[in-house]
Amino acid sequence: MAGSVLLANIEVPGIRDFAVYRTHGGYQAVEKALRSMTPADVSAEVTRSGLRGRGGAGFPTGLKWSFLDKRSDKARYLVCNADESEPGTFKDRYLMQHLPHRLIEGLIISAYALGAGTCYIYIRGEFKYLVGILEKAINEAHRNGFLGSDILGSGFSLNIFVHPGAGAYICGEETALLESLEGKRGNPRIKPPFPAFRGLYGCPTVVNNVETLAAVGPIISMGGDAYARIGKGRSSGTKLISACGNINKPGVYEIEMGLPVEEFIYGDRYCGGIRNGKYLKAVIPGGSSVPILTADLILSTAKGEPRLMTYESLAEGDFATGSMLGSGGFIVFDEDACIVRNTWNLTRFYRHESCGQCSPCREGTAWMEKILYRIEHGGGTLKDIDLLVRIARNIEGNTICPLGDAAAWPVASAIRHFRQEFEEHVTDPGKCRNQRTN
Amino acid sequence: MREGKQFSFSAATLLKVRQLIARYPEGRQKSALLPVLHIAQEESGGSLTVDIMDYVADLLGLQPIEVYETATFYSMFYLEKTGKYVIEVCRTGPCSIVGGDQIRQYLREVLKIGPGETTPDGLFTLREVECLGSCGTGPVMQVNTRFFENLTPRQVDQILEELREYANKNNPDDIRWQDQFC
Repeated sequence: MAGSVLLANIEVPGIRDFAVYRTHGGYQAVEKALRSMTPADVSAEVTRSGLRGRGGAGFPTGLKWSFLDKRSDKARYLVCNADESEPGTFKDRYLMQHLPHRLIEGLIISAYALGAGTCYIYIRGEFKYLVGILEKAINEAHRNGFLGSDILGSGFSLNIFVHPGAGAYICGEETALLESLEGKRGNPRIKPPFPAFRGLYGCPTVVNNVETLAAVGPIISMGGDAYARIGKGRSSGTKLISACGNINKPGVYEIEMGLPVEEFIYGDRYCGGIRNGKYLKAVIPGGSSVPILTADLILSTAKGEPRLMTYESLAEGDFATGSMLGSGGFIVFDEDACIVRNTWNLTRFYRHESCGQCSPCREGTAWMEKILYRIEHGGGTLKDIDLLVRIARNIEGNTICPLGDAAAWPVASAIRHFRQEFEEHVTDPGKCRNQRTN
Repeated sequence: MREGKQFSFSAATLLKVRQLIARYPEGRQKSALLPVLHIAQEESGGSLTVDIMDYVADLLGLQPIEVYETATFYSMFYLEKTGKYVIEVCRTGPCSIVGGDQIRQYLREVLKIGPGETTPDGLFTLREVECLGSCGTGPVMQVNTRFFENLTPRQVDQILEELREYANKNNPDDIRWQDQFC
């Protein structure tokens, strides 16, 4: 099943062009949806497929769609979240670069299901080179009657526009994204009201990740039940995993959910093992925000069961011994990696990206970074380690958006699983080969 | 493009801006602010001055303060003069563990400037930025909008050399050089 759903035909030369994509079965899902299904039928298939949000939260897509305010007579919007900025994550970029029509197709079907007449693809500003690729695909779809007014004579009309951001991780949070799309600073909104009721311009809006929306085409083609049979339990379907760090074959892999983590790390079809024959030390399995795990805990759960690539298995043991599937940004560390240095580095990221709206996040990320910096650079105390844990606890759950949690979890988990390394940086600075001064 | 109080878009750019505004519902032209600021920054030679932001405010029917507060939020809008080429090198974890720190250090050494600074010849501005979404192909840097991945010091040398050559020729098609994938 690997590589055959979302990334099907990616190896075909010229698949980025409409004509080639079309001859390989492209836009048949749009035809099926618009010609033989009602919008409610489409939503029902998506619900049956068990598809869950691929941006990181894993919220059931069909359920999210069902929240859309149906009594409102305002315009409805579909917004595609292409603000991929979570460290370790580069799957949406890959999908848009190589298979732009897979996304456009998903957008058309999803907008049809939701009754949205306008769709914006909000793409991070650094991916400017993708704007041309996406706009070319949109124009081709227009010219071939799959966008514009009265698509395929169905009476349904849709326009898709690409909207570039300008460098802000926080705009991946859906309400910050909407603020940004309205031309403002990317400060997340207080929820409720949720975007399904008051989203873009105060209108009912659905915001979904690129990978989520791209999966809608294949789901309509094969049927929701068939999609649900792929994968394992409530983790249905396939997932794009972007693997990076000290591995032999970094890259984007489409896996069937349920694949053992061990096979993913060591299998030749995937990461191909640790680079230079070194040992595996730790993994952050779902983008930089999710808890880091030791080699033992990433390969098997605390109960001794093999860890699988599913939402449930990666979370097994909660945060005491588990983590999250998150965005699928799989960061692998070998024996030489310094956990303290990496934690400091990631905390600097969150300090930089905090929008500054909530005090616990604005101040807390800065304090944590300052303390981690001094531990990493040989000026820390043992008390600092507990202080970090306390600050992390005071940020978590006390902010408007999840960036606070995302900043707290890496620190708390690194200390939970690698406390000795933090202590050694304090008591024996210089012992760690990777402790540096710059 | 003239600078200062005189700043204005060409007729062709104005047409492009009108088309951008038309993508959003009537009365929601503020939505076009980020895309228009990108264009303004590009056309003005790489940074946004108060006068340029005032011009954009006027064009979109906004108060100047609305433009300032948005422009100052986003890391890709430069409020200080930049070099011809802005080098943004990733400093975040995934790049860092595959040699990113060395590349950052190397760039500081060969350009003889620190992050945020511009070389005296006005060619290069060095910025150390957060994750560029190239974690599987790190170390990575972006020059204007072009990505350079799997970097080694040798490649950095070659790229800088190539950029100096481009600058010497003052190639009018320079902008196209950025569109590597299109």
